[in-house]
Amino acid sequence: MSKKKLVVIGNGMAPGRMLEHLFEADPEAYEVTIFNAEPRVNYNRLMLSPVLSGEKTYEDIITHDDDWYTEHGVTLHKSARITAVDRDAKTVTSENGITASYDKLVVATGSDPIIIPLPGHDLDGVLTYRDLDDVDRMLDASKTKKHAVVIGGGLLGLEAAAGLKMQGMDVTVLHLAPTLMERQLDEAAGHLLERAFAERDIKVITKANTHEILGKDGKVAGVKLDNGTKLAADIVCMAVGIRPCTGLAAEIGLDVNRGVLVSDDMRSSDADIFALGECVEHRGQVYGLVAPLYEMAKVIADNLLGEEAEYTGSVTATKLKVTGVDLYSAGDFAEAPDREEIVLRDATASVYKRLVLKENKIIGAVLYGETSDGPWFFDMLKKGTDMSEMRETLIFGQAFQGGEPLDPMAAVAALPGDAEICGCNGICKSKITETILEEGLTSLDDVRAHTKASASCGTCTGLVEQLMALTLGDSYDPNAVAAMCSCTDLSHGDVRRLIKAKGLKTISEVMQELEWKTSCGCAKCRPALNYYLVADWPDEYADDYQSRFINERVHANIQKDGTYSVVPRMWGGQTSSLELRTIADVVDKYEIPTVKVTGGQRIDMLGIKKEDLPDVWSDLGKAGFVSGHAYAKGLRTVKTCVGTDWCRFGTQDSTGLGVKIEKFMWGSWTPAKLKMGVSGCPRNCAEATCKDIGIICVESGYEIHFAGAAGLDIKGTEILFNVETEEEAMETVVALTQMYREQGFYLERIYKWAKRIGYDEVRAQMADLDRRKAYYDRFVFSQKFAQVDPWEERVSGKDKHEFKPMAKIQLEAAE
Amino acid sequence: MNVVTDNWIEIGQLEDIPRQGARRVEIGDMKLAVFRTAEDQVFALEDRCPHKAGPLSQGIIHDGCVTCPLHNWVISLSDGTAQGADKGQVATFDLRMDSGHILLNMSALL
Repeated sequence: MSKKKLVVIGNGMAPGRMLEHLFEADPEAYEVTIFNAEPRVNYNRLMLSPVLSGEKTYEDIITHDDDWYTEHGVTLHKSARITAVDRDAKTVTSENGITASYDKLVVATGSDPIIIPLPGHDLDGVLTYRDLDDVDRMLDASKTKKHAVVIGGGLLGLEAAAGLKMQGMDVTVLHLAPTLMERQLDEAAGHLLERAFAERDIKVITKANTHEILGKDGKVAGVKLDNGTKLAADIVCMAVGIRPCTGLAAEIGLDVNRGVLVSDDMRSSDADIFALGECVEHRGQVYGLVAPLYEMAKVIADNLLGEEAEYTGSVTATKLKVTGVDLYSAGDFAEAPDREEIVLRDATASVYKRLVLKENKIIGAVLYGETSDGPWFFDMLKKGTDMSEMRETLIFGQAFQGGEPLDPMAAVAALPGDAEICGCNGICKSKITETILEEGLTSLDDVRAHTKASASCGTCTGLVEQLMALTLGDSYDPNAVAAMCSCTDLSHGDVRRLIKAKGLKTISEVMQELEWKTSCGCAKCRPALNYYLVADWPDEYADDYQSRFINERVHANIQKDGTYSVVPRMWGGQTSSLELRTIADVVDKYEIPTVKVTGGQRIDMLGIKKEDLPDVWSDLGKAGFVSGHAYAKGLRTVKTCVGTDWCRFGTQDSTGLGVKIEKFMWGSWTPAKLKMGVSGCPRNCAEATCKDIGIICVESGYEIHFAGAAGLDIKGTEILFNVETEEEAMETVVALTQMYREQGFYLERIYKWAKRIGYDEVRAQMADLDRRKAYYDRFVFSQKFAQVDPWEERVSGKDKHEFKPMAKIQLEAAE
Repeated sequence: MNVVTDNWIEIGQLEDIPRQGARRVEIGDMKLAVFRTAEDQVFALEDRCPHKAGPLSQGIIHDGCVTCPLHNWVISLSDGTAQGADKGQVATFDLRMDSGHILLNMSALL
């Protein structure tokens, strides 16, 4: 028997979810064809805001990539808008002439953004906020334009405003109602939200009635309000709402009101045609949030497989996805005589919680500033749980119930299996716990990879970790000393200690003696072992290049398109006309597309073809340039200010000291990259107090700093101590680096290492002059083997094989 | 110097590739990554990670797999599939060794 044919019109999140259910239950039931008017695969529309704000990329939010469709035998027609459906012949035809026949048809045409027909609404620069094309248009605009006006202070409008602000635009939000998000929030929470936006320097004008959009040369130039106020604008984003897209359904004669009318089994007025998603009107309700659409998707999948499932409507909850603003609302919270409310306010902490009760049951909840109990309240709201037992303490959340002390684990344990944990991906508690057990997952990354929970916006990460602890019991310890990788049960600390204790001097010896579980390690442990052996046996160990990441293997930085970038060393950040002229010539000669000044006072040339690298280095070498090690887990840069050479405030020769340090220490490998700074006075123009190691020159000598960070984490340095002479400063910096080289775990920056072993321990060892000298001497010894310019070596022919293809074969036409 | 015997073509010698290393071979517009394992087995994959098209020939080779240099996807050398929770596959090509010479089956490429 041939498979039945299912045609889906639309490729949004709802039909995507429906197909997942369908394939999970019976992958063989239908042959599926999808027509998508958008030119792409299925992506997570909820996550457009992080894409706009730059926190995620399009690739991060893809739900089903091309392979998914192939794997499930789905035919996906992209950029194919359906224009005709023949309900008698049961066929659909697209604008570009593709026809497909169906046994069952699902109409999931979604919704269109509403455009208010104001004067000027058709000007260039008036945008909506609905799909990826809109986001791309906004991102483009933010690169060259300054002023943005967002019309609409609802969920989408506010997310758009926050995103545009993060892209550096001046943003004003115009909202018709007196408070923001008035459909989801009460007045008090609306004001808190307005304040949070004001703190982000986003202007909010409420009770703002837009009169017209002003134009100049066909482009947006401003916005005029009814009260005569004029605002400058280069783009105007309309985010005032959505309207179900019902044109096609109406044309083919299905019953349509605001949306396509469906009964509880999600069938339209034609029994072989289902409607799904934002285009649907069910029991008078039209939905624009994802949770109800997912519920509909499940019902349709079941009905397609011959079960009799029913959709009975949804209560919805909303979470605003603006980083740093925690907001949750669910249900109905209007005031009425038969309702009671419980309110908690903490003005200094900007926390506001309000529950609306009717007959002792929660019917509405608004949480601002602290939202972790949102899902718990929402769960009881949906179930209609009677609250009389815990009314007194209800507002304090789940952890306070039953007089138990605050135990978040008990709270998570008490959640029912169908309680939603990850709102972005619609993952419930039982799905997570079952997957952990079935797949034997032990780390958060595994859980993310397998369930997608906490893999999108990440706000539920804490909950997921608690679930892991609950499911795995004592075997899950988030603070446990982790094994180096899956090749061994030993930690980095164990391995470092055993390498020294057992005198292990090659990678294969380590793996043999320490009983590695794989034959030759993996991409995590091999680079780590190679570093440990280089650091511990500088004169005996032969560096294994095949265990180094590509950047350290070819001494340049790989870029996303497979080209490389090159950063020559500029000692202490100083350069000269000869050096600059050489760089200019190299850029021209090799047609290097991008030249960039780095944060470490260097010049970066990006987009160099791998084959050209040795020639580029050869030309640079003639002007005296050596590798800047911008690719290395090793000494990168020593950033300096001009010190007593030029500066009227300088107290010591900071430039000279920086150059001395860099010339002394270049070429050394360290557990992770090592960046330094030397400032000539406490004004700290070289920003030494956020470096791995920094020096602040003062009248009486040198203040040594360490363990700063200005990357994933931001952390000011710790002060080691003061020394009087430049020689002492040098010796201390070198000894401190050596201590870190001997004790740090691979990829562990100084600030993490120092925190792990204790700042005072570092201070004590550095203050012990004998130990300090011993560290210093060991560093000097290892430099004998490390200070070889890798570029010079490669210009001379070393590792030639790395830089050219093994063979180039021309394909000739068949005879 | 590329001698065609049936559909097998010589693309280099075993010693051209470091152990646990890889070299690129360009055939028309197609780029292949040719790998040599610790045990001197050789494999050929399209030099394009199924994730974001990273050059697999630049990755670290371990236990019959290569780790892509861009985002650490681990790809099996023998069948080109992504390992672990990642899903994807890259094209594989037949190689055979003939006294130190590496021969590529061109049937799939012509």
